[in-house]
Amino acid sequence: MDLIANLSLGFGVAFTPINLLYAFIGCILGTLIGVLPGIGPVATIAMLLPATYALPPVSALIMLAGIYYGAQYGGSTTAILVNLPGESSSIVTCIDGYQMARKGRAGPALAAAGLGSFFAGCVGTLILAAFAPPLTELAFKFGPAEYFSLMILGLIGAVVLASGSLLKAIGMIVLGLLLGLVGTDVNSGVARYSFDIPELTDGIGFVAVAMGVFGYGEIISNLALPEEHREVFTAKVQGLWPTKQDFKDMTPAVLRGTFLGSALGILPGGGALLASFAAYALEKKMKGKPGEVPFGKGNIRGVAGPESANNAGAQTSFIPLLTLGIPPNAVMALMVGAMTIHNIQPGPQVMTSNPELFWGLIASMWIGNLMLIVLNLPLIGMWIKLLTVPYRWLFPAIVLFCAIGVYTTNNSTFDIWLVAAFGFIGYAFNKLGMEPSPMMLGFILGPMMEENLRRALLLSRGDWSVFVTRGLSAGLLVAAALMLVIVLLPSIKKKREEAFVED
Amino acid sequence: MSIKSQKDFFSGVVFMAVGGAFAWGATNYTVGNSARMGPGYFPLMLGVLLALIGAVVAFKALVIETEDGDKIGKWIWRPVGYIVAANLAFGVLLGGLPSIHLPAMGMVIAIIALTLISAKAGTEFILKEILILSALLVVGSYVTFILLLKLQIPVWPTFITG
Repeated sequence: MDLIANLSLGFGVAFTPINLLYAFIGCILGTLIGVLPGIGPVATIAMLLPATYALPPVSALIMLAGIYYGAQYGGSTTAILVNLPGESSSIVTCIDGYQMARKGRAGPALAAAGLGSFFAGCVGTLILAAFAPPLTELAFKFGPAEYFSLMILGLIGAVVLASGSLLKAIGMIVLGLLLGLVGTDVNSGVARYSFDIPELTDGIGFVAVAMGVFGYGEIISNLALPEEHREVFTAKVQGLWPTKQDFKDMTPAVLRGTFLGSALGILPGGGALLASFAAYALEKKMKGKPGEVPFGKGNIRGVAGPESANNAGAQTSFIPLLTLGIPPNAVMALMVGAMTIHNIQPGPQVMTSNPELFWGLIASMWIGNLMLIVLNLPLIGMWIKLLTVPYRWLFPAIVLFCAIGVYTTNNSTFDIWLVAAFGFIGYAFNKLGMEPSPMMLGFILGPMMEENLRRALLLSRGDWSVFVTRGLSAGLLVAAALMLVIVLLPSIKKKREEAFVED
Repeated sequence: MSIKSQKDFFSGVVFMAVGGAFAWGATNYTVGNSARMGPGYFPLMLGVLLALIGAVVAFKALVIETEDGDKIGKWIWRPVGYIVAANLAFGVLLGGLPSIHLPAMGMVIAIIALTLISAKAGTEFILKEILILSALLVVGSYVTFILLLKLQIPVWPTFITG
């Protein structure tokens, strides 16, 4: 079978000492930044990007990928023990995970998160390996109209499944699309909205936007909150292994989370964050057994579901990148940067032109997951020690890492001014209840959408009906419309709002 | 007419302002038609769309009743001010500012300044602790970024290195 031949090629690449070493470094770094609240994979990958020049491309991508999925493991530790999301995709894990820790069941919660993540990671990797080749075939049939419709589907999917007001989220997407257009227009060479500032003709660096809005914005919001007493459950973690009943409860949640996470990761606009939110909402809607601990009070399903989903989503979000060349989230947009550094154009041709890179990366993910489960369960004590570092020492360090990370992407101080501006904007978003994630997605996809819209309409001589007369494109748009209709149905609208109420 | 949801009302206003500004800016570029889009076409379309969304969001905030008025709450300037200031100081010291004849001071001094200023954003500020922290960060950054990752960052002030 092809799959086996491909995977063995991949494992051949991944099992070389140098690639094992870089996978290991990536996993350790990923866990580290996952455990530390406030610094995420975007900042870390941005800092390391210039350093990957010197590495062989496969090793560089293996390490950067390890950071992303490693962060999904590490994030849950902080969520469970400190009630702070170590990673944005662990926000929902806080709800039930922390309650479990308060009842002295931190061990089983950590184990549920770790084992769920490992299972989901393995399945996600397999799905990536199995679905990438057929999707690549399909991708070659994609014209500009299909790409445009696919991006519409991704953007709609992202807001439908996200929390909060639908209309405001769509507004944030459009805002992001507009910000993404700043800079030189590739077709006409006109510098748009650059106000004669030379640095702006290259566009707004998305690392600066991401770090400003997420990094600084989050620190400012944290510091603006009145200081509350946070109990850190560090000494009490013993009895890691869940009980038989725990296993019975968590297994279906892990399966559902894995399935949902894998599906959402494939969608452009998906990824770890979306997957965890959707999985938690799903678990909450599932009828519990009589006598089960209610959600919000320490239900193990509320930990196992989202944690499996975010890891599955992290793995499968490589699919749109590797098969279509569309980065579905900020981390994948950085991966595009990492690939272009090494003269690899992301898209359907990667699999045929660089098979060793493609399959090596996939195989390394399975190895990475194995390393991570060892790093995160038996060695959990090491990471817990990190959590005893008080926040007042952490946040200046995070501010520094963001500043250095953004400086090194272009070696220009202009980007540092941009982060400052977006840090303030991020705080304003937080105050006004505007979600930054849809904006980020719009920002990444903005130029690509414009380009494909232009090409599609140029080919059809200005006829907009091209988006519905081509079968594939029409199908994608119908799917997007269906999603919108479904969430706008009154009964589901109410349920959706209920599901996102954190109690 | 009173504002029923402060957060949504001002979000709507922000959308209208930004959308309007982008749409107005787009009219300075060639708009073209759908078959031959000029650089202004897509931004004009999106700008108008955003302004419309903003108008609906703001309108709904005036009409639909909410329980507590969705207040924005007090702006807390202290962390915003110090974090942004720390960041600006870092940039100025690292790269220098020719307009005021400030030479580039390099990474070491920039890190110390950033740590001291940003730590002020927190509720507790213990000078001794922060000095130790900044020393640790200087050493740590030097080892990781300069020695290991070999990034091109000026370390010392230009008047020392020449």
